[in-house]
Amino acid sequence: MGQNKILIGVGALFFLVSACVFTVSETERAIKFRLGEVISTDFDPGLHFKLPFINNVKKFDSRILTMDSKPERFLTSEKKNVIVDSFVKWKIADVKTYYTAVAGDTSQANVRLDQIIKDAFRSEFSKRTIKQLVSSDRTAIRTALITLSTPIAVKLGIEIVDVQVKRIDLPNEVSSSVYRRMEAERERVAREFRSQGKEAAERIRADADKQRQIIMANAFRDAEMLRGSGDATAADIYAKAYGDDVEFYTFYRSMNAYQRTFRKPGDMLVVEPDSDFFKYFKKQK
Amino acid sequence: MSWNEPGGDKKDPWSGRKDENGPPDLDEVIRSFQEKLGGIFGGGSDGGDSEGGSLKGLGFLAAGAAVLWGLSGFYIVDEGTRGVETRFGAYSDTTQPGLNWRFPSPIDQVQIVDVKNVQVVEVGYRSGGRQGAGSVPREALMLTKDENIVDVRLAVQYQVKDAKNYVFNVLNPTATLKQVTESAERGVIGHSTMDFVLTEGRSEIVAEIQTEIQKVMDSYQSGILITTVNLQDAQPPEQVQGAFEDAIKAREDEQRYINEAEAYSNEVVPVARGAASRKTQEAEAYKESIIAKATGEVSRFTQLLTEYKKAPVVTRQRMYLESMENVLSNTSTVMVDVKGSNNMLYLPLDKLGNRSVNTAASNNANIQQPSSIPQKPSINNSSRTTARGRDVRGR
Repeated sequence: MGQNKILIGVGALFFLVSACVFTVSETERAIKFRLGEVISTDFDPGLHFKLPFINNVKKFDSRILTMDSKPERFLTSEKKNVIVDSFVKWKIADVKTYYTAVAGDTSQANVRLDQIIKDAFRSEFSKRTIKQLVSSDRTAIRTALITLSTPIAVKLGIEIVDVQVKRIDLPNEVSSSVYRRMEAERERVAREFRSQGKEAAERIRADADKQRQIIMANAFRDAEMLRGSGDATAADIYAKAYGDDVEFYTFYRSMNAYQRTFRKPGDMLVVEPDSDFFKYFKKQK
Repeated sequence: MSWNEPGGDKKDPWSGRKDENGPPDLDEVIRSFQEKLGGIFGGGSDGGDSEGGSLKGLGFLAAGAAVLWGLSGFYIVDEGTRGVETRFGAYSDTTQPGLNWRFPSPIDQVQIVDVKNVQVVEVGYRSGGRQGAGSVPREALMLTKDENIVDVRLAVQYQVKDAKNYVFNVLNPTATLKQVTESAERGVIGHSTMDFVLTEGRSEIVAEIQTEIQKVMDSYQSGILITTVNLQDAQPPEQVQGAFEDAIKAREDEQRYINEAEAYSNEVVPVARGAASRKTQEAEAYKESIIAKATGEVSRFTQLLTEYKKAPVVTRQRMYLESMENVLSNTSTVMVDVKGSNNMLYLPLDKLGNRSVNTAASNNANIQQPSSIPQKPSINNSSRTTARGRDVRGR
């Protein structure tokens, strides 16, 4: 029986101890209440004491949390719509304020943050063009968003760690016109390439044709010069030799010419019998 | 080593063991366990048997339970992982690979974190999984500085560099990494032009993205180390791929046109050079041959002239007769005695010609004798008429 008593005693002790202590993890912040009134929020991670039934404790996640909002349309300064997908990294800065402002509820905190951030976005985006949003001003927007939303977030007991724009997209109808423009641009490039190629090709062909023509003309010139000099040399040779006896040359050349001219059996000569050749032909008769 | 060995050196077992590289030996672990136990309950193992005998059994039972409870505090940290220990929720230690001991639940908790394996976050595509590989346009498409849209796929490889920060600071670090990657890559690509992204800027962009992600993740104290960022793919969006491919083809076409023209040039110019060479060679040949011919003819003439001068009359007569003989014997000859009155003479030259050609083909000898012609009746008939001699060719 004594043993049972001891067991009960040990059990009761455990219960009492467990009701008197609570632990705070590294990832948590805690609030200790006394009968509903906040008495302490400053707890390091570890083991802490409380009075059973009188004190109670609530714990909240102290890590960096994410508010990933749905993509939303905003107007830019040139009155164009852009779809922006962003996220906010936040954590609890002041547990007491956080508890009173949003009842310590993460999703409620997210809803409130979403409104704050959207307002900040709206005002920042309306000052800038798409180009600025996409390229140059990202860091500026980020800083501006953090500074704009921090004072309001502080009232919720929240610290804005970071605001990042994930995506800035154009609405579908705008995207398709961007695609058309890109296509047109590529077509321009393609045509430029092709016509440059044709230009270079034509130039090369023309050059080849030019070279050919020059080569042929030069060859013609050289050939004629050669022929000319040949003719001249030949004429010189003839003149020198034939000049010795012009009369005999004429006779000799004529004889040769006659023989060469009337050579084919089809050639027909109608002759009178009183030429020198037929001198005896007639007299004999 | 006894159970009750007085703690000569009271150094902390965990920090002490950190200096050693090998696995902890069991004795030391047990000793440290005992020291920890002693630290909590003050007395340790002495004083168990000072109570009454009836409680002795219960004491043993409690001691057994305590030992079992104590043994449940052993755990193994695998190579490439770290154990993050917390005592009542507060961080106490990061343990190295090997056998470790902590106070069992509910005092100490341990979380094992993999710090060696490289993990991958895919942005813009999925390499496997339920729907299989493929692009995720919502993540992949982004605007460039020149307001074009590109399709970019990244794989971010990361490791845990600080197990404590990884566990305690950020809720869902992987999802956070993905969000940060999306943001960082859009930031970097947003201030680059499309051509830069698609062509020469790839490595530069990747490096910039990696730095940016690391910077943001460090600002969250996420305990994550980005080892590499791989640009899996950067290309124009599907809708305009055709146009982009055509532009690439155009570049090839440009080269093709040039090559074709060069081929033409390479063909035409040498052919022309060849033809030109032929032309000049032919002219050269003409020149040489005409000179040779002239020289030859002149030589022949000069030699003949020498002989002619020795006997001009005979030579001249001989040459004349020989020439005429040659001429007349080779051609069809019609002798017309035209010293008459009638100046109308009919000579059917075409028929005569035809016949003489035909007979020439069959029998040369007959035709080649001009003396036989006047005896042919048909011709003789017509030759009766007398007229002035005429060369028929000259008519």
